Amino acid sequence: MATEAFQKIYTKINSITKATCSLKATGVGYDELATVNGKLAQVVKIMGDEVTLQVFEGTGGIPTDAEVVFMGKAPSLKVSDQLAGRFFNAYGDPIDGGPAVEGVEVEIGGPSVNPVRRKQPSELIATGIAGIDLNNTLVTGQKIPFFADPDQPYNQVMANVAMRAQTDKIILGGMGMTNDDYLYFKNLFSNAGALDRIISFMNTTEDPAVERLLIPDMALTAAEYFAVEKNQKVLVLLTDMTMYADALSIVSNRMDQIPSKDSMPGSLYSDLAKIYEKAVQFPAGGSITIIAVTTLSGGDITHAVPDNTGYITEGQLFLRRDSDIGKVIVDPFRSLSRLKQLVAGKKTRKDHPQVMNAAVRLYADAANAKTKLENGFDLTDYDKRTLAFAKEYSDKLLAIDVNLNTEEMLNVTWGLFAKHFKAEEVNIRKEFIETYWGKV
Amino acid sequence: MATKGKVTGVIANMVLLAVDGPVAQNEICYIKTGGDSLMAEVIKINGAKVYVQVFESTRRLRIGEEAEFTGHMLEVSLAPGMLSKNYDGLQNDLDKMEGVFLKRGDYTNPLDEEKVWHFEPLVKAGDTVKAAGWLGSVEENHQQLKIMAPFGIEGEWTVKSIVAAGDYRITDKIAVIANADGEEKELDMIQKWPVRVAMTDYREKPRPFKLLETGVRTIDTLNPIVEGGTGFIPGPFGTGKTVLQHAISKQAEADIVIIAACGERANEVVEIFTEFPELVDPHTGRKLMERTIIIANTSNMPVAAREASVYTAMTIAEYYRAMGLRVLLMADSTSRWAQALREMSNRMEELPGPDAFPMDISSIIANFYSRAGYVYLNNGEAGSITFIGTVSPAGGNLKEPVTENTKKVARCFYALEQDRADKKRYPAVNPIDSYSKYIEYPEFADYISGITGEGWLEMVNEAKTRLLRGKEIAEQINILGDDGVPVEYHVTFWKAELIDFVVLQQDAFDDIDAVTPLERQQDILNMITGMCRAEYKFEDFEDVSSFFKKVINLCKQMNYSEYKSDKYSSYYAELTELLATRQVAND
Repeated sequence: MATEAFQKIYTKINSITKATCSLKATGVGYDELATVNGKLAQVVKIMGDEVTLQVFEGTGGIPTDAEVVFMGKAPSLKVSDQLAGRFFNAYGDPIDGGPAVEGVEVEIGGPSVNPVRRKQPSELIATGIAGIDLNNTLVTGQKIPFFADPDQPYNQVMANVAMRAQTDKIILGGMGMTNDDYLYFKNLFSNAGALDRIISFMNTTEDPAVERLLIPDMALTAAEYFAVEKNQKVLVLLTDMTMYADALSIVSNRMDQIPSKDSMPGSLYSDLAKIYEKAVQFPAGGSITIIAVTTLSGGDITHAVPDNTGYITEGQLFLRRDSDIGKVIVDPFRSLSRLKQLVAGKKTRKDHPQVMNAAVRLYADAANAKTKLENGFDLTDYDKRTLAFAKEYSDKLLAIDVNLNTEEMLNVTWGLFAKHFKAEEVNIRKEFIETYWGKV
Repeated sequence: MATKGKVTGVIANMVLLAVDGPVAQNEICYIKTGGDSLMAEVIKINGAKVYVQVFESTRRLRIGEEAEFTGHMLEVSLAPGMLSKNYDGLQNDLDKMEGVFLKRGDYTNPLDEEKVWHFEPLVKAGDTVKAAGWLGSVEENHQQLKIMAPFGIEGEWTVKSIVAAGDYRITDKIAVIANADGEEKELDMIQKWPVRVAMTDYREKPRPFKLLETGVRTIDTLNPIVEGGTGFIPGPFGTGKTVLQHAISKQAEADIVIIAACGERANEVVEIFTEFPELVDPHTGRKLMERTIIIANTSNMPVAAREASVYTAMTIAEYYRAMGLRVLLMADSTSRWAQALREMSNRMEELPGPDAFPMDISSIIANFYSRAGYVYLNNGEAGSITFIGTVSPAGGNLKEPVTENTKKVARCFYALEQDRADKKRYPAVNPIDSYSKYIEYPEFADYISGITGEGWLEMVNEAKTRLLRGKEIAEQINILGDDGVPVEYHVTFWKAELIDFVVLQQDAFDDIDAVTPLERQQDILNMITGMCRAEYKFEDFEDVSSFFKKVINLCKQMNYSEYKSDKYSSYYAELTELLATRQVAND
C-alpha cells in the first residue's frame, strides 16, 4: 500500500495478541484501515489515545516497533464494469494475474436499503430441480442457505442452480474454501463460457481466517454496483458462512468478549443479518439474490450458526441421501422457501400450492408407515400405497439430478397421485381434481 | 445551558463521553461527526464519564468529537396524522427519507405540520380536565381521534379557552388550560411522551374479558385472546410465526393495529407495505392500511434503535388507547429486542445472566407486557391495548431465558411446533401445550356465552380433551400396532384428527379459509361436536380410517366454500348422507 507524505507513522506498539495489537495514536476514526508493517488491519476499539487494531492475516512476526500507518478510510472496493470475469482476494486485489480494476472507490459494508424503497420480490428463479422449484420455489431478492453436512454435494448443487438461473451476474464469495473446490468453480465457470458474467472473491483455507470477514461485504458491494447502477439481476453465492462465523468468534474471543451460545459472539444475529439483508429487489428492476451455504455438524440445526441463520434467511434447503433410491434429494420436510407463496400459484399454475402440500403430506404419511414397518407392525393397504408413492416421488421429483419445468413437475405429481391414491385421499380442492385427476 | 460532551472512546456502537455538566440516565444526545449528527442514549454514568449507545453506525467517529445533550429522554411525538405511516424504531418517517439507502443521521419529522384537520371541541371554557382528558376530536381515516390534555399533568385543570369548531393544523393553538395555582398551558394538538415511561392517566385497569376476534380458529375457538390481553407465540424458525402474526394483524377486530417489526426480515415488512394498502379490513370494509402503523427496524438496521422500537410502538399504542380505541400491538420478534439488550450489556462488560443475557431481562420483559391492558378512562369510556409478541427461541428450545421470562407474564401461549410444521398442519399451534388463561376467567365465560350461547366452553373443553386423548392413542398405536388396540381406539383417534383437520388447520393463503368469523366458527364447532358425540359402527380399523378420511375431506371442502353458499350446502348434504350410513341411531 502506498503511503502518502502527510500521514503520520507510529512505531511503538504497546500490546500484541494473536489477532490484535494496540498502540497510542490520535485523530483515528472508528472502523478505519491501517497497515502494520504492510499488513492490513482495522480499528476495532478506541479508548482515549489507545487504539486497538485487528490485523487480518494475524499478528505473527509483528515487532513492537512495527510501522503503523492509518489510511483514513474504511475497507473499500473499486467498482466498475471491469469487475466482470475477474478473481479477487479478500481485499479486492486481483489474484488472476490481470491488471488492477479502475473505478469508483466505495466503502464496503455500506448503508441498508430503506425498507419502504424495497419492492416485494415476485420473480421466480427456475432451477429445474423439483425439490426446489416445486416445493421450495426461489424468488429474486430472496436469501436462502443450503444447510448441509460437509460431505454433501452442496457446492455442486449450488453451482448447478447458479448456471441454470437466468441472471445477469453471478458473484461468488468463497470463505475458507478448499483449493480443490475453488478450482472446481473456476473450471466450471470457464468451461460454461460464462466467465464474463461471473466475479469471484476468494478466501481459501490457505489464507488467514480473519480475512474471510471481508469477503461477504466485498461480494455484496460489487453486487450493489451492478444491481443499483446497472439494474441487473445479481445472484450472490456465499460458501461457507459457518467458516465466516468461526472467524467472527475468533476475533470476539481475542477481544475478551463474553461468548454466548456455542462460543459465538452475542452479536452473531446482527452480524449475519447485516450480510443477508443485502438481498433485495430494487424498484428499478435490479435485484440481489443470495444463496449461501451453512455447513452443519452432524445435521445439528440447533447450533448457533444455523439457528441464527434460519431466523434471518427466507427459508433453508436441506440435502439428504435417500437410501431407498440411492440418490441425494432435497429434503421436503426440513426445506422451506418462505417466499414461495409470492410466485407459487401466481407465476406458476394455480394448482401448484395445493399439489405441493398434498404431496408432502402423503410423503409424511409414508414416513409414518416406514416407522411402523421398522417397528415390525403390519402395514395397511394405504400404508403400502404411500410407501410406493414416496419412492417414486423421491426418484422422479426430489432427486437433485431432476431437470424439469414447473408444469412438467406438477403433471408428474398428479400422475403419481392418480397411480397410488383415490381422489378423496389427497385433500385437494375439487375444482383442481376435476381438471387434473388422471388427465395429465 | 445544555450539557456538552467529548468522545473519549468507541467500541462498536457504544461510545464514551466526557461531559461538562449534569446528565440524566436515558437522556438523548447528538454526537457530531463528519457533518452527520448521530443520535445516542445515555445508558450508564460514572462521574464525568458517560456511556451512550449510538442509534447509528459509528464508522469514522473520532476521539474529541463533540456531543450535545438535549435534556430529555427518548420521546415520541403524538398527533393526528400517524395512521398509515411507516416509521423506523425512533419514529422517523421512512417515506420522507430520500434515496434508496438509509443515510446516517437522517432524522425526519414523524408528523405532517402543514396538514389541516377539522377540529370539533368536546369541552367549553370553564370545564375541568385531567391529564389525557378529551378536549376535542378530529377525524382521520374514518376514525374519531381525540385531542387530549397533556399526559402526565397533575390534578384538575380548568379550560380557560378553546377554539371553535373549524380547520386547524396540529401546531395551531387550540386551547389554554390553567390549574389552581394559576399556572397556564397553551395547547396545540401535539403530545410528546418518553417511550420508556408507561402512560397511566386512566381510572382503572380491570381484568380483560371481551373476546378479540381474530378469525383464526385455533385461537378464537380453542385459546381465545381478549381485548387488552397479552399473548406470545414462540416457535423455531420455519413454523409459521410470521404468517400467523400477519393473519392476526389483518383479521383482528381492532380499531388500530400497530406492527413493530423488530429485528426481523425486511422483505416481511415489504409484504405488509405491499399488501395492506390493497387488503380490506373484514370488519369495516375499508383498506387495512388505514388503521395500521408500522414501526420497522429490520435486522440490518442499527441494533440500539431496534431495542427502542418496541417502546416507540407501545407508546403510540397508549396514545390511541387513551382515546378509547381498541389497539392491537404486534411485536415480531421480542427475542431480537432481548438480543439487542444482550449486545449492549456485553459491551458494557456487565456480569452476564443465563445465555449471556443481562440479569434484569426478566423484569424488563415483565414491565413491558404490563403496559398492555384493558382500561377504563377517567371519563368512563374503555380502551385497550392487546399485545402479542413472537419469540424466536434459540435452537427451538423453549427452555431459554426469553421464552421462560415471557411465559411468566403473557396470559396466552401459542406454541408453534416443528413437528406440526413438518407435517404441514398449519397453523402449527400445538393444541395441547398452548393455553389461554382468559378462558378460565368467569368474566370471560359470562361474556362469551352471551354471544355463543351456553354450552360453548363445554364444547371447547370437550374438543381439547378429545385432542389429548387422540394424541395418547396415537402413541399407543405406534407402540402396539394398528391391530394391537381395539377398534374403538381408532374411532377416538380419528375423532381427534377430525377436530385437528377441520377446526385447527386453516389455510392462511386461501381466500375463504383464511378468515373464519365467529358465527361460522360456532357452526363448525357445533357440527364437529355433534359428529364426535355420535356413535358409529365399523367392521375394522381400516374401515374407521377410510370413513373418517371421507368425512374430513367433505368438511374441508366446506371450509373452502363460501359460507352458506350452494356449494357449501351441497357438501353439507353429502356429509349428512355419509354420516347416516354409519351412525348408530341415538335414542
